[in-house]
Amino acid sequence: MLSIKNLHASIEGNEILRGINLEVKAGEVHAIMGPNGSGKSTLASVLAGREEYEVTEGEVIFQGKDLLELAPEDRAREGVFLAFQYPVEIPGVSSTNFLRTALNQVREYRGQEPLDAVKFLSLMKEKMALVEIDQKLLSRSLNEGFSGGEKKRNEIFQMAMLEPVLSILDETDSGLDIDALRIVSNGVNKLKSDKTATIVVTHYQRLLDYIVPDYVHVLYKGRIVKSGTKELALELEEKGYDWIKEEVDSAATV
Amino acid sequence: MSTLTQQDTFQALFAASPENFHSIRNSGKESFLNQGIPAVKAEEYKFTNISKKLDNALTNFSTALPFEVTPSQVKSALFEGFEGDVLVFANGAFLPELSSTIEGVEISKLSDKPETSLGSIAKASKDPFAALNQASFVDGIFISVPKKSQIERPILLLSFNKENLGQVIQPRVWIEVGDFAEVTFIDQSISLSDSAYFVNKVVEVKGGVNSQISYYRLQNEGKNTIEVSNIETDILKDAKFTSVNISLSGDMVRNNLSLNLLGSNSEGNMFGVYLLNGKTHVDNHTNVDHTIPHADSNELYKGILADQSRGVFNGKIFVRQDAQKTNAFQQNNNILLSEDAIVNTKPQLEIWADDVKCSHGCTVGQLDEEALFYLRARGLDKLSAKGLLLYAFAGEVLEKIEEESFHNHVVNLIQERLGSKF
Ligand SMILES: Nc1ncnc2c1ncn2[C@@H]1O[C@H](COP(=O)(O)OP(=O)(O)O)[C@@H](O)[C@H]1O
Ligand SMILES: [Mg+2]
Repeated sequence: MLSIKNLHASIEGNEILRGINLEVKAGEVHAIMGPNGSGKSTLASVLAGREEYEVTEGEVIFQGKDLLELAPEDRAREGVFLAFQYPVEIPGVSSTNFLRTALNQVREYRGQEPLDAVKFLSLMKEKMALVEIDQKLLSRSLNEGFSGGEKKRNEIFQMAMLEPVLSILDETDSGLDIDALRIVSNGVNKLKSDKTATIVVTHYQRLLDYIVPDYVHVLYKGRIVKSGTKELALELEEKGYDWIKEEVDSAATV
Repeated sequence: MSTLTQQDTFQALFAASPENFHSIRNSGKESFLNQGIPAVKAEEYKFTNISKKLDNALTNFSTALPFEVTPSQVKSALFEGFEGDVLVFANGAFLPELSSTIEGVEISKLSDKPETSLGSIAKASKDPFAALNQASFVDGIFISVPKKSQIERPILLLSFNKENLGQVIQPRVWIEVGDFAEVTFIDQSISLSDSAYFVNKVVEVKGGVNSQISYYRLQNEGKNTIEVSNIETDILKDAKFTSVNISLSGDMVRNNLSLNLLGSNSEGNMFGVYLLNGKTHVDNHTNVDHTIPHADSNELYKGILADQSRGVFNGKIFVRQDAQKTNAFQQNNNILLSEDAIVNTKPQLEIWADDVKCSHGCTVGQLDEEALFYLRARGLDKLSAKGLLLYAFAGEVLEKIEEESFHNHVVNLIQERLGSKF
């Protein structure tokens, strides 16, 4: 489904991604872990199409299409969804209006009929139940004044509404208490199918007890330096990242 | 040497002015000759070089005459859903035959009301253009809403402007609203020609005790219109006056809006949006004068500027020594959509009382790129995403318009301009 080859990206002349290779197949869950500042969010943003980042080398093929050629909105319409590490507060934009416009533009692109107000509302109700999000939150401006946990839950709610093929969750677990973590993970798990794939970017192994990955990758200094199965996450939990840093840094000095 | 600075340019206007309101005209003329047209460096007109603009644009500095307007022109100028009464003007002259009669409201030509105290609210001495209007207006309208009457339907002041020779149109409006009365005005002008002309408008509003007045204004005229307006109101005890001013086009526009809070527990609100493109220049100079204790003023102006447009905001809050317990809030926010757009914004606070709550703030920024990306990442195309953000920015002001059909009309115009419907 997704094939990343030798991806290099920089911002303001600093190279952040320095040759990423990753293959994701339908039905799989990949976890990307790594110390702060290693480039996890950068990778997620580049996949979603943030324009500040310049891709200097490499390619990304998503369902046979050159993803890097597409505008951010077209990537979303093709089925890429990024749950932001820091969802943006947008005063004055109603969550409901915005979602309906977005969903209908996505549907139009996919050749589907637009949803009328009634159908949209019933879809909303169904998805709200899935992530246990309160109607009151959605009647406010988008993310405005939401707590950290509420913002993350709203991300998953939007994901449920847009029914993506590839979901990228950027530290969706950070800052959540156990209950919220359970609800959010539950939502993600229910949305999974053998036709979709998930990339979870996380700092903590904890999330992976709920969303069980098929593969775990460690990103460090803009490269995937280690890949393994879910046991790797447990090892990282126990030993931290220092041993990986040492391995990589000493190899580099040789 | 510019011709305008030589004041004999104005002699044609003075010569053509009617005989009525003799002493008022004379004091207007005297005041105008004292002040002169604002020089390039004039503090009050520092960012808005109206003299030069007039010099360059007008070939014939003389009074514009009224012309015939047809009922079908009036009909097609009305926006969707509007259910109210219409007062029609042509080049500033009131056309009673095309206008509604409004039950309980006295409406007449100014020339039929010689005892009106024109210039007692918008004083000629405060602004040269107010003085010029007072000296040389031709006729205007007198509107009186009697005590305790609640005028449910909005009153639309619909002005048709048309000039081919670049002449001067000087509307003059006098509104008095009795104690405990309520009324909503919508002030809108339609350009019937694209050529340059100069509108120099004065509106005086005398609000009674506990009156409630809304004055909504839409400036969406031809791209060559040059306009100066002086709108001033006296607000008495327990009364409320709300102005919402929407500027969408024109060549150079200068709005002087002044609220005089003269009685305790009075409230003055000034709201505005300027959404500009091309080379349009809009200058909002507002002034609220707190003369007595326990009065409130609120002000919020928002600007969105594209292309080479320019916005000027100057908000003066004057709190006199006696005006304790004043609440005065002011905010001006701007978004620049192009590198060539310019905003000059300045709060001007003069506070002589010591027990007041006063706050002000101004911002000039770009469209929030983070927010734009967030919306696009959810599948919204760039234009809709931009439109949604800009509309949300302006929406805080637009929601102050309580008259529904006018609100919808303005929302439609703005969404059209922002390139998307949602
Ligand atoms: N907008 C930016 N401008 C400059 N440097 C940036 C910007 N965004 C991220 N970086 C840098 O890129 C590196 C990787 O950041 P990020 O992808 O956020 O890491 P992670 O998500 O793994 O913590 C960091 O060193 C960070 O300082
Ligand atoms: Mg990150």
